[in-house]
Amino acid sequence: MPMTITEKILAFHAGVDQVSPGDLIEVKVDMALANDITAPLAIKTFREIGTEKVFDNEKIALVADHFVPNKDIPSAEQVKLMRKFANEHEIKNYFEGGESGIEHVILPEKGLVLPGQIVVGADSHTCTYGALGAFSTGVGSTDLGAVMATGEIWLKVPPTIKIEYEGNLLPGVRGKDLILYTIGLLGVEGALYSALQFSGKVIEGLPMSGRFTMANMAIEAGGKSGIIEPDEVTLAYVAERSASELLILRGDPDARYEKTVKITADEIKPQVAFPHSPANVHPVSEVGDIPLDQVFIGSCTNGWLEDLRDAANILQGKKIARGLRLIVIPGSPWIYKRAIQEGIIETFLDAGAVIGPPCCGPCLGGHLGVLAGGERAISTTNRNFIGRMGHPKSEVYLSNPLVAAASAITGKITASDEI
Amino acid sequence: MKFQGKVWKFGDNIDTDLIIPARYLNISDGSELAKSCFIDIRPDFAEGVSYGDILVAGRNFGCGSSREHAPLAIKKAGISIVIAKSFARIFYRNAFNIGLPIIESEGAVEGLSEGEEAAVDLANGNIESIDNGTIFSTHPIPGFMRELISAGGLVNYIRSSKINI
Repeated sequence: MPMTITEKILAFHAGVDQVSPGDLIEVKVDMALANDITAPLAIKTFREIGTEKVFDNEKIALVADHFVPNKDIPSAEQVKLMRKFANEHEIKNYFEGGESGIEHVILPEKGLVLPGQIVVGADSHTCTYGALGAFSTGVGSTDLGAVMATGEIWLKVPPTIKIEYEGNLLPGVRGKDLILYTIGLLGVEGALYSALQFSGKVIEGLPMSGRFTMANMAIEAGGKSGIIEPDEVTLAYVAERSASELLILRGDPDARYEKTVKITADEIKPQVAFPHSPANVHPVSEVGDIPLDQVFIGSCTNGWLEDLRDAANILQGKKIARGLRLIVIPGSPWIYKRAIQEGIIETFLDAGAVIGPPCCGPCLGGHLGVLAGGERAISTTNRNFIGRMGHPKSEVYLSNPLVAAASAITGKITASDEI
Repeated sequence: MKFQGKVWKFGDNIDTDLIIPARYLNISDGSELAKSCFIDIRPDFAEGVSYGDILVAGRNFGCGSSREHAPLAIKKAGISIVIAKSFARIFYRNAFNIGLPIIESEGAVEGLSEGEEAAVDLANGNIESIDNGTIFSTHPIPGFMRELISAGGLVNYIRSSKINI
């Protein structure tokens, strides 16, 4: 029977010829990931299970990225616990301090996630790696703790919803706008339990950064995973980072999709998601007058080098609005260094931005740029739930880095072509 | 496996940031997390909830982050079971894995009111309004999932079963 790419990856890792949506299978995991927030509970689970060794010390990644550099004593204790565990079990991929960045940025960057693999992570945005043609999904700490012990996990094979983007991108439209528009169309539970597959001519023309952005936000439509079939763009990205043999899988031409949605890209303008849902989207040209207190450019959604270049192109030679805070956080030390070499960081500093160390930053409202009551921010992140970036009475709008940068200059939500 | 308690009612798309905001995630202890459960939308919840109470919510409950701190905070706050129209995928797994029973029922969510007494029988899938006797039927929770709940979650279930690690 014909299969989708997701079904093929799952079947391969389950050691069977065929799987269909709804099948319960047990699969071998190529990479298991946790961060400073989720690892402590996963480690507790691992210890309670009582196994002595992790299943493979090269297939586990522990990344300190959420509340780092440690924001307070409890956070420092959590990282200490994770570091101790990593030392005890000689976890090869333990990242902290100057070696660390945002987990979903540094793993692809270091060639630790490859096409055709299965990655499970105790972080909901683990779905990011679908951009490489891997099956990747978020799990809780208990599941992750069990995976660290056994190297396996049970999964239900998801049906696939295929989104085909045809036509051409309008100027100023990025992967972020495609995915925000799509979430607006599907709703926050439109892809519940499903694999969300992005395809079509427009996707073929997207750089890896835009593809990561799209797969990253599959969860915001309720998706179990996001996935893009590997092509030349994927292979070129991977070739620079890994010499491993690759498992390149693509769906059969007659594979069955639960639903196929066709979207004409020419109709998509830069999007802004209003509070308090990523599905509450409006074209930036129709937002009206929305003054801002803070702009954040970064995160696992838009902390890539291309995103910083976009923002710098808008901010070049400009100053941010008086009274507004612009926070820029490169996704990894490598991106940070490249941004310095390209003069991007200087552009940001000249404009009046604060540059943060590679980490999750203010995205989840715990550290480095928390909002006060009544404050409003536009952010290149993935969630704008109530209280997401701080006070429950604060507001978060989501956009691409071009719109965020333009808005920092005017002090209100602004289309980049108005600058 | 039966539960009975007072109903706490919530709407659609209750996300994990509402269940337990990220600013409290610098700790992992369930009882401590429970003190801040729903703090941004129901500040009276953590104080007012009694052991055994039932949480009733709309569609897509637990959407957002993978933080297991969310079901843990709900469980440690004293909630015996969550009934919702639907659950977000990661939350669904996490809840069973930490031993918090959850069950889907459109009818019960529509029919049950804030503050009333309700009962749930996981074995036959019956949800009952104690106040007026209405019974809402839904799919029962399969035996092995009930065992997982009885064991207190996946860890104890693995330890107590024949699964070889």
